[in-house]
Amino acid sequence: MILLLQYTIIFAAVLTLVAIGGCFSEHSGVINIGLEGIMVMGALGGALVMRFSNYPASGNAFTLILLTMLAAVIFGMIYSLLLAVACINFKADQTIVGTAMNMLGTAAATVIVKAMNTRINPDNVSSTIQYINQKKAFLVNLGGFEFSWFMLVTVILLVCSYVLLYKTRLGLRLQACGEHPQAAASVGISVYKMRYIGVIISGFLGGLGGIVYITSGVSEWKFENGVAGFGFLALAVMIFGQWKPHRIAVSALLFGLFRALSNVYMGFNFLATLNIPSGIYNMLPYIICLIVLAFTSKKSRAPKAEGIPYDKGMR
Amino acid sequence: MKKFIKSEGGQSFIASILCIILGLLIGYVVLMFIAPKGAATAITTIVKNFFYYPSNIARMKYFGNTLVKTAPLLMCSLSILFAYKVGLFNIGASGQYTAGTCAALYLALGVGAPWWVCVLAAIICGALLAAISGLLKSYANVNEVISGIMLNWIMLYSANMILTKVKESTSPYTYTLASTNPGGIIPGLGLGKLFSNNQYITLAVPLSILIAIGIWVLLEKTTFGYELRATGNNKNAAKYAGMNEKRNIIITMMIAGALSGLGGAFLYLTGFEQWQCTQSSVPGMGFNGIAASFLGGLSPIGSIFSSYFIQHITAGGAYVDKSMYSAQISDLITSVIIYLCGFVGFIKLVLKKAAEKKEGGNK
Repeated sequence: MILLLQYTIIFAAVLTLVAIGGCFSEHSGVINIGLEGIMVMGALGGALVMRFSNYPASGNAFTLILLTMLAAVIFGMIYSLLLAVACINFKADQTIVGTAMNMLGTAAATVIVKAMNTRINPDNVSSTIQYINQKKAFLVNLGGFEFSWFMLVTVILLVCSYVLLYKTRLGLRLQACGEHPQAAASVGISVYKMRYIGVIISGFLGGLGGIVYITSGVSEWKFENGVAGFGFLALAVMIFGQWKPHRIAVSALLFGLFRALSNVYMGFNFLATLNIPSGIYNMLPYIICLIVLAFTSKKSRAPKAEGIPYDKGMR
Repeated sequence: MKKFIKSEGGQSFIASILCIILGLLIGYVVLMFIAPKGAATAITTIVKNFFYYPSNIARMKYFGNTLVKTAPLLMCSLSILFAYKVGLFNIGASGQYTAGTCAALYLALGVGAPWWVCVLAAIICGALLAAISGLLKSYANVNEVISGIMLNWIMLYSANMILTKVKESTSPYTYTLASTNPGGIIPGLGLGKLFSNNQYITLAVPLSILIAIGIWVLLEKTTFGYELRATGNNKNAAKYAGMNEKRNIIITMMIAGALSGLGGAFLYLTGFEQWQCTQSSVPGMGFNGIAASFLGGLSPIGSIFSSYFIQHITAGGAYVDKSMYSAQISDLITSVIIYLCGFVGFIKLVLKKAAEKKEGGNK
């Protein structure tokens, strides 16, 4: 039971981070389908730091945590610029660019990791990075419950996001650009700047979500697999959460629970006796997602101007 | 020449060629970063693909193999293109492709059905899966991109579970068609003889080209096609003109799904590959289809060539020197090309302006 709780919280943390990232981008008016690719890149950045750190032989846990997060965030932000440049400056189709970013994220990460692995050991052609010892820096054992520092980071960022989005001038201006960019521009707000900020924040949170995801439960990651549709689950969480950080956090818990079930269902006697094949549990989060969306999308509160390139001449 | 630049098709063509060149260039730069020594050889290996083999016989055989995999890619690309014309982004093509594969292989291996039954089943299953996305879109306002991705994963796990029933006991792969049910293989009609007796060349290859032409006729020359495109251009206008936009969305998705599903049958019913029941990622065919349809300028005829090109470099990636590079370098190039396709609108605008400027100067 504790295990289920632990996995639910950590998966919910991933979904919250990434979904809030998507929420910033969409509030500024840019649909970020590329979250999945951003997660992979963030995960790659973080995993590389862990791979090359000598923890626990040298260096302390705090520095490692900080550096890993920093790398993930920087990788995510730089990668998100691909979306920003194409969609804000060049008015490219946001769906195509996002899709390309998802494919590119996985392909580039695989190429980079394989190149690195073969250089270190010519016989190693896998796309896997291991971080068994380094991962321990993130965990504190509280009587069977493995508390991860990422859980705390998520809560802090959740509060910050809420304040930023609703209580600051920047947040309100950002939202104006997603609702009616021409009106925002007419009162002197730079729509381009706001959209850049929105996309880069989504890169920050998406990258962080990526590293949290690959350290949740496993201690090595095969980059060929990307992040298994988690970026899209996060988008669903965002829609279910009606583009509001606090509601996103609640819906992330729901989706996190179903995702966690596929990891730990063997531990429950009544579930184990039902003898349901593991494939069903793997499908569960996606099925729940579809059902939930079917019932909640009708009264969608999406930012009105999302997905439409900003054109100064339009009214 | 000037006329060519001014025409819509000409602009698409130039934009696509630019995307390809830039994509290859970026691929080359990445290779340079990994290991500068072999980069030039590697990129030419990717572009050369089957020319890698010195003998003509081997070249023809591997050219044939590339064609075998081009047929399903073309189907996926047509599926995406068809939906896109109606304003839908069918990212679920991969799942529909998987659904088609699953239905075809299960009927062929588990029930022993003849090939045409399997092909029909693939079409129906692909269409049904896509219909879910269509229904959700038109009645519940669920974005088809999200529902498509969710269905991709649901379908992948379902296919793994279903096809485990017809799997070899010692390996994760399904039985081979040749040993279990030779009647399940799409007939070759002796076409393989043209490609150094490549047994995998079947009716699927010419049929896929015919279907591409059929889709072009459907979209450009029929009232039904016009209605669908009108729905894509402006949903509300189409509605006021008396077109049933909900029905059109569902029908479009079903046709798109049928095409992707058929793609699955076109690959797995040739016996070229077996399904791996422990597969942990959605097949890339549907995603490469996105690349092919945009690179082909969203024209069914253009798709024939762009599908071939994408498959050509993907196959070429397998020949790079594995001690330095990985085969995924072609995936990287493909995804860079799709990314660049996002800029096609911008490139066309520049071309148009340039053409107009030239005209003004001549006067």
